[in-house]
Amino acid sequence: MIEGPKDRYSRQERFYGIGQEGQQKLARSKVLILGVGALGSALAETMVRAGAGQVTVIDRDVVEWSNLQRQNLFSEQDAEQRLPKAVAAARRLQSVNSSVKVEGIVADVTVDDIEEYTRGSDLILDATDNFEARMILNDISARDGIPWIYGGCTGSSGISLTVVPGEGACLHCLLDELHPEGETCDTAGIIQPAVQMTAAYQTAEALKWLSGRQHALRGTLVSFDLWENRHVAVDTSKLKRADCPTCGKERTFPFLSASSHPRTAVLCGRDTVQIRPPKAQKLDLAEWGRRLAAYGQVDFNSYTLSLRTGDYRIALFPDGRVLVHGTNDTGTARALYHRYFG
Amino acid sequence: MRILLNGRDTVLEAEGMTVADLLSSGPWRGKRILVEVNGEVVGKSDYAHTRLAEGDRVELVHFVGGG
Ligand SMILES: [Zn+2]
Repeated sequence: MIEGPKDRYSRQERFYGIGQEGQQKLARSKVLILGVGALGSALAETMVRAGAGQVTVIDRDVVEWSNLQRQNLFSEQDAEQRLPKAVAAARRLQSVNSSVKVEGIVADVTVDDIEEYTRGSDLILDATDNFEARMILNDISARDGIPWIYGGCTGSSGISLTVVPGEGACLHCLLDELHPEGETCDTAGIIQPAVQMTAAYQTAEALKWLSGRQHALRGTLVSFDLWENRHVAVDTSKLKRADCPTCGKERTFPFLSASSHPRTAVLCGRDTVQIRPPKAQKLDLAEWGRRLAAYGQVDFNSYTLSLRTGDYRIALFPDGRVLVHGTNDTGTARALYHRYFG
Repeated sequence: MRILLNGRDTVLEAEGMTVADLLSSGPWRGKRILVEVNGEVVGKSDYAHTRLAEGDRVELVHFVGGG
């Protein structure tokens, strides 16, 4: 017998965990992927090939040469043209599977408009690169009853957690404070296998959820390091907090109100954007100087640290406040902030 | 005192160290960490009074943020 397009999902339907019925459910599902960098590329490709009904990717960045080593939807041409990632990704995804409704949105998702994108989704896959966005996502998930799957990776390690509203601990149960930490893909580097492994954990869970096989969900937080050859799964259900501000009894979804976020403000006439963390910090500037030295020229005294990188000069104050000189665009400034301060 | 920290034989200089002591030392300081001791997850409110003992298996899981 000669194979044709109707056989496209035959191997997935033959798989005992999904079957034809699961495949049909998957074909009616809508999945939202926040971020389409390394993780987002891997997640989106798997979901589109698997035949999800609708796949939406959102990202504010453009494709750069340093992305090509691991962001598997992009080509040299995309980097030459500095195409928006969401545009290049959607183009590639649609050519991989024309029967999926693919949508690429170029946007910087913030607390003010996240609901616009999440509404109507069956599942949200996290491919963001910062915890500010993840905590907003965690709040909206709990409020609107949409499950989401956390994924993060750096260096050779990765982590994933499936958050189903009303079941188990949410991300806020596990992390109660956001502070800049200083380790991101830009500072610690990353290898492709760490991306693929993290994405594999996320998409396996996504296939279970969207094909109606909830009972098969992992139920643990998983963490690995492919260079150190470590793998752990942790049952986090004990950490579910009755007083969690996101999933507890008297929840307030604090990350959906602007006050718990880094506040950005354009400093008029100075080509500078200020970013102030929600809570004042006491940072050791000498330590930050050592961490950031690889990324540009660093100077510091006890009052301020200055990092010169490309067209920008970034000043960091001990209270966590950051000034990004060289731009009036809050989106650009926030991206630089997350790149260097996590 | 010897413990197995993230799968590695590790010598802790002080006896009777708590989870809080461990987290405030070395590379773990200021990181987003989930703690498991001998297969049991430890909540933040228990860090200060969870003492580590010889031979404990401790996993410190880092919430990494890159994507
Ligand atoms: Zn919670």
